[in-house]
Order: sequence, then structure tokens, then C-alpha cells
Amino acid sequence: MAGSNPNAKPMDLTLKIWRQKDKNSAGQLVTYPLNGISPDMSFLEMLDVLNEELLVKGEEPVAFDHDCREGICGMCSLFINGRAHGPERGTTTCQLHMRHFNHGDTITIEPWRAAAFPVHKDLIVDRSAFDRIQQAGGYVSVNTGGVPDANEIAIPKTIADKAFDAATCIGCGACVAACKNASAMLFVSAKVSQLAMLPQGKVERKTRVENMVAQMDVEGFGACSNIGACAAECPVGISLDNIAMMNREYLGAKASSENV
Amino acid sequence: MNWFTKTFSSTIGRKIIMSITGLFLCSFLVVHLIGNLTLFKGDDGVTFNLYSHFMANNPIIRTMEIVLVLGFVFHIYDALVLTRRNKTARPVGYSENHPQENSNWSSRNMGLLGTVILVFLIIHLWNFFVPARFGGVAGLEGLEGVVIDNVDYDNLYLKVVQSFQIWWYVVIYVIAMVALAYHLIHGFQSAFQTLGLTHKKYTPFIKTFGVIFSVLVCFGFAIIPIYFFFAA
Amino acid sequence: MILDSKIPEGSLAEKWDKHKFNVKLVNPANKRKYDIIVVGTGLAGASAAATLGELGYNVKAFCFQDSPRRAHSIAAQGGINAAKNYQNDGDSIFRLFYDTIKGGDYRAREANVYRLAQVSVDIIDQCVAQGVPFAREYGGLLANRSFGGAQVSRTFYARGQTGQQLLLGAYSALNRQIAYGKVKMFPRTEMLDLVMVDGKARGIVVRNLITGKVESHSAHAVVLATGGYGNVFFLSTNAMGSNATAAWRAHKKGALFANPCFTQIHPTCIPVSGEYQSKLTLMSESLRNDGRVWVPKTVEIAQRLRKGEITVNDIKEEDRDYYLERKYPAFGNLVPRDVASRNAKLMCDEGRGVGASGLAVYLDFADAIKREGQPAIAAKYGNLFEMYAKITDENPYEKPMRIYPAVHYTMGGLWVDYNLMTNIPGLYATGECNFSDHGANRLGASALMQGLADGYFVIPYTIGDYLAQTPYDKVSVDHPAFKEAEQNVKATTDRLLSIKGNRTVDDFHKALGLIMWDYCGMARNAEGLQFAKQEIRKLRDEFWQNVKVTGVNEELNQTLEKAHRVADFLELGELMVDDALHRNESCGGHFREEYQTPENEALRDDENFAYVAAWEYTNNDGNPILHKEELKFENVKLTQRSYK
Repeated sequence: MAGSNPNAKPMDLTLKIWRQKDKNSAGQLVTYPLNGISPDMSFLEMLDVLNEELLVKGEEPVAFDHDCREGICGMCSLFINGRAHGPERGTTTCQLHMRHFNHGDTITIEPWRAAAFPVHKDLIVDRSAFDRIQQAGGYVSVNTGGVPDANEIAIPKTIADKAFDAATCIGCGACVAACKNASAMLFVSAKVSQLAMLPQGKVERKTRVENMVAQMDVEGFGACSNIGACAAECPVGISLDNIAMMNREYLGAKASSENV
Repeated sequence: MNWFTKTFSSTIGRKIIMSITGLFLCSFLVVHLIGNLTLFKGDDGVTFNLYSHFMANNPIIRTMEIVLVLGFVFHIYDALVLTRRNKTARPVGYSENHPQENSNWSSRNMGLLGTVILVFLIIHLWNFFVPARFGGVAGLEGLEGVVIDNVDYDNLYLKVVQSFQIWWYVVIYVIAMVALAYHLIHGFQSAFQTLGLTHKKYTPFIKTFGVIFSVLVCFGFAIIPIYFFFAA
Repeated sequence: MILDSKIPEGSLAEKWDKHKFNVKLVNPANKRKYDIIVVGTGLAGASAAATLGELGYNVKAFCFQDSPRRAHSIAAQGGINAAKNYQNDGDSIFRLFYDTIKGGDYRAREANVYRLAQVSVDIIDQCVAQGVPFAREYGGLLANRSFGGAQVSRTFYARGQTGQQLLLGAYSALNRQIAYGKVKMFPRTEMLDLVMVDGKARGIVVRNLITGKVESHSAHAVVLATGGYGNVFFLSTNAMGSNATAAWRAHKKGALFANPCFTQIHPTCIPVSGEYQSKLTLMSESLRNDGRVWVPKTVEIAQRLRKGEITVNDIKEEDRDYYLERKYPAFGNLVPRDVASRNAKLMCDEGRGVGASGLAVYLDFADAIKREGQPAIAAKYGNLFEMYAKITDENPYEKPMRIYPAVHYTMGGLWVDYNLMTNIPGLYATGECNFSDHGANRLGASALMQGLADGYFVIPYTIGDYLAQTPYDKVSVDHPAFKEAEQNVKATTDRLLSIKGNRTVDDFHKALGLIMWDYCGMARNAEGLQFAKQEIRKLRDEFWQNVKVTGVNEELNQTLEKAHRVADFLELGELMVDDALHRNESCGGHFREEYQTPENEALRDDENFAYVAAWEYTNNDGNPILHKEELKFENVKLTQRSYK
């Protein structure tokens, strides 16, 4: 059974993978040879193969986060050969395929690196900081029921589309991983600007941006230097425009909100 | 902390200060460059010396000088605070990292470029500003005098001509201006991004203008030492 | 055991309103005296946890992922149905109800489905108010599309990421309650047992997936919103972590498992490409709105194609068999999922399949691109085309897509009454975890609808009815029932770790998946099912003697997590086979080869099988007890489904 390329030959690879027992232990890169990898495999399937081999040998498999394997849940999070989610643009690790590598390659695999994303084990990091930022204000305060008919709020298609673009953030953390400052601005701004653009979100827009930015700072992420690595590595193409919009929102909110 | 200090000690607040001071410093560069271009007038420095006298004595300019110093201080102070924060945000680095695949070198090295510019600034001030402003007092060696229309002025022009006879001095200036150009190429458009002044109609213009501005201004400054070195 | 579905009296249209009036209410000041556990944070779980928190209950929510936002609802692509009739094309609550009952091949409860159709309209309002960016028309109002076998445009969507947007909406509502302190969130925590005190569900035992610590949580009611069990098949469109453990362990504590054999095989998935394959990727059904499904007209052409002697674009128009359009002129490519899947299998069984393996059919956009232009098609399906290209390395703008059915959704699940309560008092099941609304086949864009209906609009009412009759007293987690459950969990873990065999957990899982796919998949027969039952038992016996689980409990141990899940799949798989074997008819996703019409359509036996098969677990290994809940159809006439 072959995929798209019946001529594709199996590849032999050398993997250098970050192994770390737990949060409190030191870690190190460990080298594993891995042979006979099909170019049609996904990157994570390649790691599955490695883990099966390790298990058979009685060694501990490599722990890595993954779930949907179709690029939408945001769980997978590997820094591959010096790039967040590997060499392909606009691609999560689970959608990266081995055909983008060559026979004989050495592939270095590391976890996201940020003070706010401590390593749980091997390649798994703790991204709960992202949840706490969302809890600080990434919502519209409406209770279930008692809302107006959906078509009572007309939203220009262009605005709805822009809000959608911002809303597609999968919360994987590649922006933080790629940023030289480990800044979470792209992640935070995606939610801030989605809700600031929509009429439903405008009511709380000032408090929202103030609280979310404050939480972002508390979590220990770095500041934005507008280098653009986050957007370049974002698997779903969240735009830097969101950061500009959040800055604007923040300044406006700080200047005019009721919160002293 | 009250809301004001809270705002400007947040990461975004500090970046806003960085960008406002940065743009202000850009405006200073323009004024400074226009004044310096009088060096090329070919009148043995008469206009230049009158101009520098005006700059050193006009009360408005003197007031702006304080603002300018504050601009530098805040720009540098926040840069240091943010850089420290950014370093602690990633205590363990990557063993393999290829940032060149996702961003420009200059954007990632604003601190390095800024440091080069700061070192240059100290040399530059020590050589020209300090003698012109404080010369002749506290044991500092002042500038030679020159008489224009029967009035005594400091001959800063002569100092310029003499300084740029020294080859390594010229090299320092040229390197510093290259660094400044790179600093501005990222910094100019970045300031607009930080201030949220983006729009699909105007941002492309701002970006192009920023590059042209950075190159022109820095070229304008760099050509001065080169001109005087070769003119001698 | 008598199964009381507790369907309220009255006409279909009045049942829910009357019931809402008749249920007992908990005084607002007393709500804070009740604790509720919600397991799972997908659409059904997050919406329930958030809404219950808003009402004032103390909620504890659990998910095994690192964040509630990652639940697999996020991967739903196509859309969500609602009987808004915004398009003025004749839709109504009754029509949505009728389509869903018929689409489910008359194996769902009328009252539940009608309620689902009723609250569907509220869901859209709620989501829009939360800031969910649904697709809109230029006038600023909401856009709709027709989807998955419906002849009206009632599907609301957010490009190909509707599930994501809806889940993020529910996640935001959940976050708000977490911030208020009304919901306490436990991510990376997996439920491993249900705790019952005095015959009522009073808590759960969980394992902290970071530290391995086994902990108990007590409450007045437990809501399971843990999704479906499609991963029994190993290869499915489910997420890697999707599992049946919470539901299965509740089943082992006495909750009945209903219609386990009703699994949905989705027709438009990317075909399997190798043995290493870890999951299958769905391509939204919306593609069938513009794509035309075909295979070569003759086996001979298909063979030449598979050998690579010709390419797809060499096949002349007259040599292509657009079999869905040919067989079902009224619905064409838009026939329901079970029909589309079965026909794809038929074509491949005939030897007319394409791709190297011959297990694929074409989904062709050439006509649509010619008609509307590539930009218009890209605007509608751009992200799907990109995903296809990424996985297969083929450009679907130039070559038709290759698709094949894959396990996608499980209509079966824990048996619940009209209140979504299982037969265990205080234990509820919502969303895909229960069995109630989709019968034997789920229509497209109905899963999101059901998850949110249950969580936002049904359980907040019905759980109050139960709690209003429950004393405030809390049960301590030191209660012997908790201690016993903890001991059992630890014992199972110890057993898994102590086997130290030779075969990996994934290996067992794949073997189980193959058995299930071959004998309990798209087509089933008695002989195959009996064989499968024996094979599963053998495999399960081997598992408990030869599985290899490394590491220890007191750490992040993904192998151990999987081992727990696969152990349960090995039991659930057998129950699915039992159910499929006992149901001597074909309906919806359950196609027994012995029972088909001359045109190879599913042949129902309404006289003998118009019931819900709810299975009771017995310790008597593999011999569950069947309980039947008769399905009464008073508002629709049972007909042979026809999409011709």
C-alpha cells in the first residue's frame, strides 16, 4: 500500500531528542537511530515507530503531546530542527510529513522553551498559562439563554471574516516557542482582537484587554519586539495585525477605561 | 501602583514608551542632519558655526535638549528592562535554532545595534558636544574661537574638519551609521506597529518610507566624515 | 430491570415545555450547596459545566488533555444544524425532527429528537452572543448551507472549522466560570472509576496524568460528557486520546450501554496509506456539495489505473461511473453518510476501487471548478484542499481526491432517559457519550447540535430536578466506597505494570481494530461476528498475560494511560459484536449482509427490532444481559428510507 509517491524509498534517520524525567530533573539530548521510515508517514507517526521500537527494547518511550493529529487541537508542540513545528510553514507537527526530510538526516527535536511553559516530561510542556490568560477575560459575559436572536446582530462580512481569522488560533504555543523573547503577544492578541472586532465583544473590550495583558505579564512571557517570528511560524497564519490591534486596544483602554 | 505607572510598567506600556521615544529620536535625527548639512555650504564653516551657536544658546532648543536627553534615557532604560525580562522568559535555550527562517537579523538584534549606537553616542558627545557646551570650564579644553561679523564664536567647524582627518574616527562613524540604519529599518515601522497605527492602506507606505528614511538619514550622516576625510 | 425513558406526556411539540414546567427547581440560594462533576470538556461537557456554573452550582470539570480547549469536538468541520429557517426554504422544527428521525433509520426516540430540534435554534443565538464567528452574507446576516443529506439549507458554519469555533465559544464560557470560581478545572486528569454510594452516583476516582496520583472527588451528581468510542477500531477520525474508559467503567458499575453496534462510518476520509497509519483524517462532508463521486465504469479500467498504466485524467467521461448520481437521482452525491459509505465499499468490493490499494473512490471537483472558477472553490474549501495536499502530496485542484470511508462517530453510548440520566441515579451522560438522539445513523452537522443542546439547554434543567430531590449532605472521599474504588484503580494499574509481557499496547490496539473493522465495520454477518467474538476474547486474554507497559504509576506515563484505555476497548469491542450479532436487521450504520433489499439497501425489521438494546454488564465474562426499550413512533410513519 503506497501513498502518493510509490517511488518513495524508506529513509534512515538519526534523531536527537530531548529527554527529561520530570519538571525538577535536568534533561539532555539523546541520540536514537531510526531506520526504514516511509516518506508518507507523518512526523508523529515516525515518533510512534520510534516509541514502539523503544518499548520492545524495554526502554521508556518518548513522551510527547498530541491528540487530534489533524492540525486543529493545538496539542502537538515540537521544536524540530530549530523551528517550531518543523520546517514547513503553516503546518502543525502532526501535519508535517516525512517527505520533507531526506535519507540520512539528523533531526533535533526539543520541547517549546519558555519560562512560562515548564517541561513536564521529555517533549511535553505545561501550557496552562494560556488557559489562565483566557480566563482573565477571553470571553463575552453572557449567560446561557436570554440572548437576542442570532440575526438581530448584523455584522459586516469583512469584519466577521477578520474576526474569524483571529479566532482560528489553536493555542499551540508555537508563537511563544519561535519568539526570541518567548512572548505570547500573538496568542493573546488573537483573542483580544477577535472579540474587539465583534459587536458582542465590544461591551467588555477595555477591561478584557487590560486583564488579559496583565495576566500575560504575570505569567512571565517576554515582550514583543515585532520581529514577526510568531506569525511566520504560526501554523494557522494568525496575523501580526492582531498585535497592533491589541496594542491600540490596550492604550485606548488604559487611557479611557473606568478601572483605576 | 496607580493606573498610570501600571500601564507603563507593563510589557506593552514599555514598548509604547520605546516607540514614542524612538520616533521622537527619529525627528531629532532629521533636525540634526539638516543642521549638519550646512557643513557642505563651502563657506569655511561660517553657517555651521552660526547654526551650532544658535543650537547651544537658544532657550527653546535648550529646553528641547532636556526632552531629548529624557527621550534617550527612557528609550535606553526600557530597552534594558525589557531585554532583561525577555532573557528570563527563556531560561533554557534551544540547542538548535534557525531564527533566520522566520525573521530578519536586524529585528532580532536591536539591543546589539542599540549598544553600538550608544557607544558611538558617548564618543560623539565627548568629542563635539562636551567641548562646545562645557569647554573652557572645569579644566576641559574648549574649542578655538572664530570671528564672524565681529562677534566671537566657537569654531566647531574646525573641530569637525580636524576630527575627520583621523581614519579610525571615520570608520567608527561609518560603522555606527550602518548600525543606526539597521536599527531604524526595524525600529521605524516597529514603532507604528507597537502604537497600533496599522492599516492595510497605510502600513505598506509606512514600511517603505521607514526603509528609505533610515537609509537616507544614515547615509546623510555617514557621508560627512567620509567627505571631510577625502576632502583634506 | 424496567427501562423507564420518562418521556413526558402530551403532544410531541408540548412535551419539553411541559416537562420544563413540571421539573422541580433548586432555589437559587441553595444551588451553591450542590456539587456537580463534569467529565470531559468538549461541546457537551464544557457547555454543561459553564451553564451549571452560571446557575450557581459548584462544578468540577475534568479532561485528560492539557486544556479543555483541545477536546475533539474541535475537529468537527462542516457545521451545526438549526431549524431557524433563515433561508425561507421550508425548514421547521418538525422538518429537522423528521429528517433526524428518518436519517437515524427510525432507531431514535421521537421525544428526544424533537426536543433537539426545538433547542437547536437557541444554540445558534447563544453561540453568536458568545462571539462565535459564523459565516455571514454580505448583508451581515448569518449564512447557511445545505449539508449531509438535507434538502434545506439549515447548517450554520464557520468555514471548515465549525467545531473549533463552537468549542472555543463553550471554552470561553467555561473560562468565565473558572475565573469566577464556580468551576474548578482539572486538566490532564483521567476518570478511572465511578463511585456509588447507596445506589447513587456520588463521585469519581481519577488519575492525575502528570504525577500518577489517584484521587477521589465527591459530588451530588456526575455528568459524563466523554465522547464516543470510535477508537475501538484503532483507526478512526477520532483524536488519539479519545477513549471509552469513563463510560465503560460507569457501565461496569451498572450503567447500561445502549446500541453499541451503531457506529458511523464517514464516507469522505483520506484513505489509509500504510501500516504505520495512526489515524484517519476526515474531509468535511460539505465537499460532497460540489464534488462528484465516481469510480471507473469497469474493473478493467480500474485495474489499469491501479497498476499505473493510465492516470485518472486519462479516463474518459463515458468511462466514469458517478454511481451515487446514478443510483440516487434525487439526492445524488448528498445521500446520507451510511448510504454513501456503503456504496463506496460496494464499488471497491466489485474491484472498481482506485488508488494503489484499490480501497478508494474519487471525489472530483473538475466540474465545480469549471462552473464556478478555482477562486470560488478555494474560498469554500481552501483549508480542506490544503489539508488533503499536505497529507497526500497531491493537488486536488488538478486531480480528483481519493476518499474512503472511515470510522467517525458512535451513535451508541450510555443509555439515558429523557432527562439524560442513566439508569444509575445521579449519573448523566451527554453528547456523543449517550445514545439518545441519532438512532442508527447520525446526519451531518447534528453532532455539534446535540452536544450543545445537551449541555446548554437540557441538562441544566433536568439535573435540577434530580438535585431538588437530593439532600445537601456531602459524601466524604474517605467513605469506604471511594477507598474501595481507589484500591480497584490502583490494583488495575499494578496489574498492567506487573505483566511485563512482550507485546505493546498499540500492537494489541491495532489487532483489535483490525478485527472490528473486518467483522464489525461497514458490513457485518453472523458468521463473521461470531468469529470476531472469539478473536476478541483471545486477544483480551493475551493482553492480560502479555502486554508490555513500561515505567511506573507515579509519573507521566503515556503507555500506562493507553493500556487502561485499550483494556476497556477490548471489553467494549466484544459488546459491540454481541449487539451487532443480536440485531438481526440492517439499519443505518449497522448493515447486516443477511438483511438487505435487492438493491443492497439496509432492510429494517421494525416488527422485531424497533427497540433500544441496552446492555447490562455482568461479571460473567462476556455475557451481558439485554434490556429492551421499545421505541414508539406516533408522529412519523416508519418507511423504507429512500433517497432515490
